[in-house]
Amino acid sequence: MTTTAIGQRIPKLDAPDKATGRATYGHDVRLPGMMHGAILYSRHPHARVAQIDTSRAAQLRGVTCVLTAADNPSTKFGYGKDNTPFKSENVRSLRDEIAGVVAIDADTAEEALRLIKVEYEELTAIFSPEQALAEGAPLIHPEHGSNHFNSYNYSHGDIVAGEAESEVVVEASFDLPYVTHACMETSVIVAQFDHHDKLTMWSTTQIPFLLQRDLSEALGIPGSHIRIIQTAIGGAFGRELDIYPYHPIAALMARKAGKPVRLAFSRHEEFIAGPVRQPCSVSVRAGARADGQLTFRDVRAQLDIGAYVSWGVVTPLVMMETSASLYSVPHVRFRADNIYTNNPVTGAMRGYGNPQSTFFIETVMDQLAEQLDMDQADFRARNANQPNTETPQGLIITSCGLRECIEAVAVRADSFALSVNEGGYPASAGVPHDGGGSRPELKRGIGFACTLNVGGGARIYRSDGCGATVKVDDFGHVSLITGSTEIGQGSETVLAQIVATVLGVDVNDVRVLNSDTDVKPWDVGVHASRTTFIAGNAAHIAAMQARSQLFDTAAGMLEAAPEALEALGGEIIDTESGKTVSLAKVVRARHFREGGEVVLGEGWYDPPTKLVDKDTYKGNISAAYGFGAQMAEVEVDTETGKVNVLRLACANDVGLAINPMAVEGQIEGGAQMGLGYALTEELLVEEGRVLNPDFLDYRLFTSADMPRIETIIVETDDPQGPFGAKGVGEMGGTPTAAAIANAIYDAVGVRLTELPMTPERVLAALDKRTIPDDNFPYQ
Amino acid sequence: MAKILVSLSVNGDPHELYLDTRRTLLDVLRDELGLLGTHRGCDAGDCGACTVHVDGLPMTSCLLLAADYHGAQITTVEGVLDDGKPNSLQQALVEKGGIQCGFCTPGFVMNGLALLSEKPRPTEAETRAWLSGNLCRCTGYVKIVDAVMTAARQSP
Repeated sequence: MTTTAIGQRIPKLDAPDKATGRATYGHDVRLPGMMHGAILYSRHPHARVAQIDTSRAAQLRGVTCVLTAADNPSTKFGYGKDNTPFKSENVRSLRDEIAGVVAIDADTAEEALRLIKVEYEELTAIFSPEQALAEGAPLIHPEHGSNHFNSYNYSHGDIVAGEAESEVVVEASFDLPYVTHACMETSVIVAQFDHHDKLTMWSTTQIPFLLQRDLSEALGIPGSHIRIIQTAIGGAFGRELDIYPYHPIAALMARKAGKPVRLAFSRHEEFIAGPVRQPCSVSVRAGARADGQLTFRDVRAQLDIGAYVSWGVVTPLVMMETSASLYSVPHVRFRADNIYTNNPVTGAMRGYGNPQSTFFIETVMDQLAEQLDMDQADFRARNANQPNTETPQGLIITSCGLRECIEAVAVRADSFALSVNEGGYPASAGVPHDGGGSRPELKRGIGFACTLNVGGGARIYRSDGCGATVKVDDFGHVSLITGSTEIGQGSETVLAQIVATVLGVDVNDVRVLNSDTDVKPWDVGVHASRTTFIAGNAAHIAAMQARSQLFDTAAGMLEAAPEALEALGGEIIDTESGKTVSLAKVVRARHFREGGEVVLGEGWYDPPTKLVDKDTYKGNISAAYGFGAQMAEVEVDTETGKVNVLRLACANDVGLAINPMAVEGQIEGGAQMGLGYALTEELLVEEGRVLNPDFLDYRLFTSADMPRIETIIVETDDPQGPFGAKGVGEMGGTPTAAAIANAIYDAVGVRLTELPMTPERVLAALDKRTIPDDNFPYQ
Repeated sequence: MAKILVSLSVNGDPHELYLDTRRTLLDVLRDELGLLGTHRGCDAGDCGACTVHVDGLPMTSCLLLAADYHGAQITTVEGVLDDGKPNSLQQALVEKGGIQCGFCTPGFVMNGLALLSEKPRPTEAETRAWLSGNLCRCTGYVKIVDAVMTAARQSP
């Protein structure tokens, strides 16, 4: 008899409420007496604020109060300690917050913003890293002394020796765009102070405990006076991985107004004032021996981080990991520079550097295979990471299914002639691969790309830990109180599956409580694909402890040895006598007696990893690594430049799929983001201004645009993961752009090194092609 | 700002509302009637999260001025339960994994029901085309489309 919930396609526990409109999102929080806040942003990307006149706004009927930099606490906040809630003296980007209004409703607040008069003295603005680093460039943060924020320098082996061993050497330069999370729910906060001057903030944050600390710093109040309550979260993808000015602004508004204040972004505001992924320019040189063995990689990247520093500046650490450790490469040099500009402020976004680095590394891999005249899949498999190895960077790779992933998608590539015209996927003229038939302008190709991603946490903070508590009540109902956060990915359900399996109860008998910092134990946050592994292990430890308490008591009740007991079907069973007793009865027996005890298991899991060395950046940052491979099949219209993706096969090594349906969901959703990064998504920024701040002009893939997606789950039973599982949250979209770029090359023989690969860019690349169409070997 | 008296039937309940003429139907549903299942994703008709049925047709409520719909029959996601339980499309979305963050879900439910009422047996291509006005950032639409097709198969 088995009742394990592990490996089952269990629907998300929160799904029925979401399907029926009952879930409470941030935008749904309504408090008695709640007022509405609004923010005035700068008109200029770089200017001195000469004067602000808020008098007319303050007098508008319905306005409670107006705030400016005069209301700022004295401290700066943020990863670079370079930010303040409202800006005084200088504004450094068009999203710089100048003033705020609290009013009786959102319309009145907006009207009041228009009554605020600001006089600016424009300063020379900087819109590219090149301008920022030029001699005599104005300093965006004079106290920093330079527009160069920091560098990441890494090397292993010897680049010169590596190049000397190379049969082929390729080089390429890449330009990667601004993209944004485009969460379906815009940013929103509700803040309220009580009469003890304690703050409660309803938030969609991914980092409730770090936000407590950050807010304490930003507001100058003790962290113990800050309670974060997380609502249902309508998408996050890294957007909520940091403190941004609107967090302390909401709190300052609530304090000044003496009332709860709601601060909700419009979609336009979300596009212009939300964090975005760093654009970057990259040059790569790489080589391989005649037998296909990789020899060296030399990567140089420059990131435009915008006007303020966020945790997003740490993304080069992930780019470095891909550059140094995706495949076995004996000689690697990597350098990345983070540069301040007056462009939009950047932040963390799903993949955290990896979609960027996987695009350039996997494009170069394709070039190398081509130069060596080797099969693309064989070349990758030959160089693939292996289980139970340590990379020169110090990543300790235990379970590893990269080779299996490559083989899985390569098999799909072989069934190339598969008809793709059914199912409403992008229209294909059904032409054969050779471009013959009635539409000779349509060319098809296939491309591969792989990915390496942290899958067992990522220690970028002193602790990578998570706490959990498991309580069993006298009805046999189980509560898991976890530090981790549900952002839609399904972590509540996966954690409930783990606890249910340990305690032998149905998943629906487990309630997951995870939304209140006053209740839940600490966790570093939901990021780096870490929740299943880290919070899963913590929940497992807590559940095991609760189970052993139950077994202690049940052993006496059943006159059995604790070792002979099993928990199944809501009962504890003596496997020797066959006698059983319900969990509820055991709990009552513990409670309702003299000297009684609760059933309360606790768990804390912090993986056996370390912060990378601060000088060499070497070290084992994660307790496990996830791997994946994708194969894209595309059709390029050589007359219009339009690229249709016909199929995307995605294989991922997830250790073990605790919930295969949830794993597929992560991969399929990641692919949607990866497809957008590859082909349609770009925030157009000109002189610091976002030109396309709406969904009409910032194009997400729709249901009609999506290719057929096939997900293949590869299981490698990770030795340290809960039931063998590893993280999967970010891998789905990481290799997609590279796989599509490589497929375009296969189809029409041009390398696109700029994203997104729009029809204009594809056509321009085709126009530069010197070989006449008829003779081109890749048709 | 002018206010006028507007009668709306929402999920079968009659409402007499004295409304600012600038208020959208979405504003009224959320802020006057407390029907928070209809979500504001863009306020521009681009994302579909606010889709409701107006006299039986799926419409993005952020683009409609409520005062223009005096006498209309409005149905929101709260009004499509089947005997108090999730209807077959809602149930399929739950069981097939078509819901992650869930913010877009009410819009997909309302637009999906409209599809099934117009075309009880849609092809996958028709389903994908019909739902293309609803954006989702979590699922890649794979399991949403699967859920709609499943609900279509299950209906009598």
